[in-house]
Amino acid sequence: MLTKRIIPCIDVDLDDDGNAAVYTGVNFENLKYTGDPVEMAKAYNAAGADEFVFLDITASADGRETMLDTVSAVADECFIPLTVGGGIRTQEDIKETLRAGADKVSINTAALERPALIEEGAKAFGSQCIVISVDARRRFDDAGEYYADVDGESCWFECTIKGGREGTGIDVVEWAIEAEERGAGELFVNSIDTDGTKDGYDIPLTKAVCDNVSTPVIASSGCGGPEDMHEVFTDANADAGLAASIFHFDEYSIEDTKAYLDEHGIPVRL
Amino acid sequence: MSHQSTTAEATETAGADIVVVDYGLGNLRSVTRGLERVGATVTITDDPAVFEAADGIVLPGVGAFREGMDNAGPYRDALEAAVDRGQPVFGICLGMQMLLGSSEEAAHAGEGDVEGLNFIPGTNVRFSGDLKVPHMGWNNLTVTSDHPIADGIDGEYAYFVHSYYAVPDSEDAVVATSEYESTFPAIVANEAGNVFGTQFHPEKSGETGLQILQNFVTICME
Repeated sequence: MLTKRIIPCIDVDLDDDGNAAVYTGVNFENLKYTGDPVEMAKAYNAAGADEFVFLDITASADGRETMLDTVSAVADECFIPLTVGGGIRTQEDIKETLRAGADKVSINTAALERPALIEEGAKAFGSQCIVISVDARRRFDDAGEYYADVDGESCWFECTIKGGREGTGIDVVEWAIEAEERGAGELFVNSIDTDGTKDGYDIPLTKAVCDNVSTPVIASSGCGGPEDMHEVFTDANADAGLAASIFHFDEYSIEDTKAYLDEHGIPVRL
Repeated sequence: MSHQSTTAEATETAGADIVVVDYGLGNLRSVTRGLERVGATVTITDDPAVFEAADGIVLPGVGAFREGMDNAGPYRDALEAAVDRGQPVFGICLGMQMLLGSSEEAAHAGEGDVEGLNFIPGTNVRFSGDLKVPHMGWNNLTVTSDHPIADGIDGEYAYFVHSYYAVPDSEDAVVATSEYESTFPAIVANEAGNVFGTQFHPEKSGETGLQILQNFVTICME
């Protein structure tokens, strides 16, 4: 039976000495140093993580070279799927990231700016390695296409860029459908509203996307514990649950999370 | 079906010379590192002349059947010769699908049929039901017939990403199965046993995957 995937995510930046380091943030801000990316990846691999997401948050040319070396070091240690995102803007970026050892690339802003990048990437490297990532924000006005109920109020979800600081006016659900048609192999759904809160995933958002596409969906932002993973699998039908801080700060282990899900009837790889 | 510790076997199988066929598709780094981890010496090559000296040949692959066969076309004769000599040939994911005779995928793409390598008679068909396609993620394996590639993995989980699956003409060609909508072959092998393939990615399947790569290296040293 196909299992639900539990995915730790590490946000990697350069430290003051120019080395790759993992940082964990709250609401896309207040980043806090949490460790060495390769060591963390090894530990999660040993603990039973189903996959890794590795996000390069340096957004600089200098950082990029270091990041690709770090991706290779992670890929050489961990024989599970590795998704790499951050700063991937061209087909050449996709190619060099895959060559460094990534199995999938996560693309956000560059695909919104030039959607044909999805087709180009899928044609050259296969849909299975093209993950489209969105940073969604709730909007309670009448400018959207697909509406959901959030605490009794009707809202739609807007694709944002620059870590949620800038709106695009594009409806997340509409964009997810388009991305799938263009060849995206997976959708990675982040929420500006729930990121770092540990109050649970944005269920209305995740459900709205899952209900309208057949591509696998990774739910992200807001996981405070195993119960939140359970909720996003049962109430939103997500295929994978991503978390950062609960794992990084040892609040819950991957093993505990999977044991809880297994006890509550969610198929997981034990 | 028991297996020894990876470290012990790695010592025992050190020196197996494996070639990974580079026909222009996919990430070859992971499968190479995985084979090295279990003690093999790996050569990534696009030169069919080196196949004969190898202890075993890996046919990797991601992407579409038609493009895969177009790219693998130049290696057809050399692979046939290797199979006839009894050399182990291991197909992974699309590389496994190409071991069969044909695929619905190529037929759907129009432009007429594309012939597979046909080492295992049969075809590949698309999942057709209500479940999400591609079948992506970890699924468990049931070993259905005795083959050394499947030693020690019954009931374990492996990582799959695919929209098509193999339907061999003979049920005897199925070594292990998995479930998605219905039961489908996860590992297939030819009658002689030297050609086999996994629909999943052993190089992405954690300890279970390394066990399979270990089994392959052991087969290559026999």
